[in-house]
Amino acid sequence: MDFSTIILLLDSTLRLATPLLLACLAGLFSERAGVLDIGLEGKMLAAAFFSAACAAVTGSVWLGLLAGCGASLFLSVVHGLASITFRGNQLISGVAINFLAAGLTVLIGQNWFSLGGRTPPLAGNARFQSITLPFADTLEPLPLIGPLYHDVLSGHTILVYVGLLAVPLTWWVLFRTRFGLRLRAVGENPGAVDTAGVSVIKLRYGAVLICGILCGLAGAYLATGLSAGFVKDMSAGRGFIALAALIFAKWRPWYALSACLLFGLLDALGNRFQNAELLGIAIPVQFMQALPYILTVVILAGFVGKATPPRAGGAAYVKER
Amino acid sequence: MDRLPKWADILLIPAINLLLALLVSGLVIALIGENPFQAMRIMINGAVGSAYGWGYTLYYATNFIFTGLAVAVAFHARLFNIGGEGQATLGGLGVALVCMMLPWPHWSLALPAAIIGGALFGAAWAAIPAYLQAKRGSHIVITTIMFNFIASALLVYLLVNVLKVPGSMAPETPRFPEGARLPSAFEFAGWLGFTRSAPLNVAFFVAILCCIGVYYLIWRTRLGYEIRAYGWSQPAAVYAGISPYKIIMVSMLISGGLAGLMAVNAVQGEAERLVIDSVQGAGFVGIAVALMGRSHPLGVFLAALLFGMLYQGGAELEFEIPAITKEMVVVIQSLVILFTGALDNMVRLPVERMFLRIGPGKDA
Repeated sequence: MDFSTIILLLDSTLRLATPLLLACLAGLFSERAGVLDIGLEGKMLAAAFFSAACAAVTGSVWLGLLAGCGASLFLSVVHGLASITFRGNQLISGVAINFLAAGLTVLIGQNWFSLGGRTPPLAGNARFQSITLPFADTLEPLPLIGPLYHDVLSGHTILVYVGLLAVPLTWWVLFRTRFGLRLRAVGENPGAVDTAGVSVIKLRYGAVLICGILCGLAGAYLATGLSAGFVKDMSAGRGFIALAALIFAKWRPWYALSACLLFGLLDALGNRFQNAELLGIAIPVQFMQALPYILTVVILAGFVGKATPPRAGGAAYVKER
Repeated sequence: MDRLPKWADILLIPAINLLLALLVSGLVIALIGENPFQAMRIMINGAVGSAYGWGYTLYYATNFIFTGLAVAVAFHARLFNIGGEGQATLGGLGVALVCMMLPWPHWSLALPAAIIGGALFGAAWAAIPAYLQAKRGSHIVITTIMFNFIASALLVYLLVNVLKVPGSMAPETPRFPEGARLPSAFEFAGWLGFTRSAPLNVAFFVAILCCIGVYYLIWRTRLGYEIRAYGWSQPAAVYAGISPYKIIMVSMLISGGLAGLMAVNAVQGEAERLVIDSVQGAGFVGIAVALMGRSHPLGVFLAALLFGMLYQGGAELEFEIPAITKEMVVVIQSLVILFTGALDNMVRLPVERMFLRIGPGKDA
């Protein structure tokens, strides 16, 4: 594997890791506040569809982004109603949201554009354009640093950088602000937070809404940054892989970044080496495609260290009466 | 604690939940610009208006009984098996291998063998997530979903590279031998008006036997008692000497086996060869069926029948109103899961309050 191949691989790693990273941070906020969210997948999918559809109709990717976040926020409110207000089963609510998104996107898409559930291909201002970082061209001739900066880091769409910046921001919010402290506390011991006179319900809704916005960004990136339009089921399990990355990262932002980059790399490898050979044995393309899922199982099995989830995760809080 | 009469819990609340789900579905249809009442009429007519419709409705219902029971058994142990799709896919592989292995002389011999093959393969596919949950504490919901993806990749690989008819382009196995063919509704109930095209077959009776079997297992055996005890309270079950490892493994093996049996109906009974997507989402429908049916075999049977109607009616709907795609069924199904599963308290609390106001129930 020569240097230029590695550069290309790293470039697509960053591209493919971004939707995972945004979804993973979304799950981080929700689960740190004690609300499990299996519905990341569905929220991403809904956001992907509505961002692409709105961008196709209005010609503006920013309006698309807004619509995508709106759709994702709507599903977040449904999840919040089910798991916070009505104390329903959070897993079942998430599963329902995934199906709802899978069905509605195709149904509305077919009704809207009559393209079998797709949106029309996006071009021009209806897509996020790549951004050249400052000095990228001046630094290019430098050995190693030049190509890394010019080809890997520079030249992505704005949402890639938003994703990367969201990592320190998440860390700062969670570990350096009062809101973050309370949010983590509500995921560990909601009773204590309640006793301190802080509303458990408001905090959890806050976390779930942040989760909705981040999933909206992830979905919008999927349809208007990574691809040029919406295709049926285009989230393809990324929401679940983001959840696995979250467990791998033990619910911490910086680890989430590295876990998502790892999955992005796997994805990039699978795309590039469809007919790989290892020790003289041809590896089937289906195996390469299933690799992220297999790795997810391995990670979940705890073969890479035990992860302890937030203690109150999955349980609705019942105020003492 | 139990302020509701039993009939309200079993019938009234699911009925209100279902009504709400249908109401929102109707809203979706209205928003698309079609008439929900006309859509409803087409669906009901398409599903139960003719022997042809019933032939399909009951065929789909058979699939959903198997996957619904699968989810229900795991639910009793408070395990959420989302892997029915993958387990049924692998069950299909098991059934296909059994059917192609021997030149079966008669279907009455092929059927039990295929049942064993399908159940074994389905159970084996559930065994790994079960083991990981029991021993490593990994989240069974996510592992089973991952196993769905892995199962479909595995099946594509096998059909494209190993099991395909040499020289053929289609990724599917050869047709099963004549002796493995299950009698269809035309053959055993043609006098009811079923035609040759109806996919309903004897696997329907296997499904009914499974309902009875699951009822006996859960409520009449020691193992079933242990499964329910574990699902009710894990610390109490452990205190009573019930091994969590055993319960998780056994209930997931039974669950996977039941999901695998779906292939007897879809692969052996209908397609008569293994194709890429023989399950067609039935594994997921099982979740809605189990939730609606309150994890009781009779409830599962009725809910499966309802979803069978929905699927057959939905197919007619797609045919009559092109603006409504087959994903409408997925939407209705997700709303049923949402209202019966996650938003149950939204209906339950007001209903409970209403019953309290009317007067204290006998078991209050």
